[in-house]
Amino acid sequence: MIILTGQAFDPGALLSEFCQDRTETGAIATFTGLARAEQGDTTTLELEAYPGFTEAAIGKIADEALRRFDLHDFHVVHRVGKIVPGEAIVFVATAASHRRAAFEACDFLMDYLKSRAPFWKKETGPAGARWIEPRAQDHADIARWETPKP
Amino acid sequence: MARVLLFGRLSDIAGWRERDIDSASLGALRDLLAGEDEGLAQALAAPGVQIALDQAIVRGDATLSARSEVAFLPPMSGG
Repeated sequence: MIILTGQAFDPGALLSEFCQDRTETGAIATFTGLARAEQGDTTTLELEAYPGFTEAAIGKIADEALRRFDLHDFHVVHRVGKIVPGEAIVFVATAASHRRAAFEACDFLMDYLKSRAPFWKKETGPAGARWIEPRAQDHADIARWETPKP
Repeated sequence: MARVLLFGRLSDIAGWRERDIDSASLGALRDLLAGEDEGLAQALAAPGVQIALDQAIVRGDATLSARSEVAFLPPMSGG
């Protein structure tokens, strides 16, 4: 399931719900990303999505994760709109038979969300506002999952 | 009339987010936008800007119809 929401959410409640009614899933991995204050440099974050397009793009990569890691299920929740430091921006949960697949799928989905998913992120603080673009590290992270050329 | 959408820093630079613009092709639309706003012209030419036509990424030129939706997408960053 992929949810974009303008409302604050409770990652613990999402995890409890995701764990319910599973008798064959041996492993669930989750990642929760929180908005940072950057020592006072950031007072608000604003996240913009392209409704329809953003969900479809995440759906494609989630389908790839399902196949590649033999997942039983996944859940992605991503905030849009204004966010203050301390609030959760993103929650990813993956369910698989064994832990390695669950961990790796969660890592894979997050690397994608950081640098390829259609979101635009603006940080506002005392020095003004700036749009955030993927860092070199984010590009290096996602490159780890690309099939090596023969 | 194509519906034109700007995202992220592109809409801040242009001062608008959504407009209906009469244009026969993507190339003509780009030229028209660049001709009316030098700042937007530079931002659209920056590396990493992608174009979605009817919610699918396109490279190169394409014909536009009255119901086309064209979105200019600067480099993406989530999480």
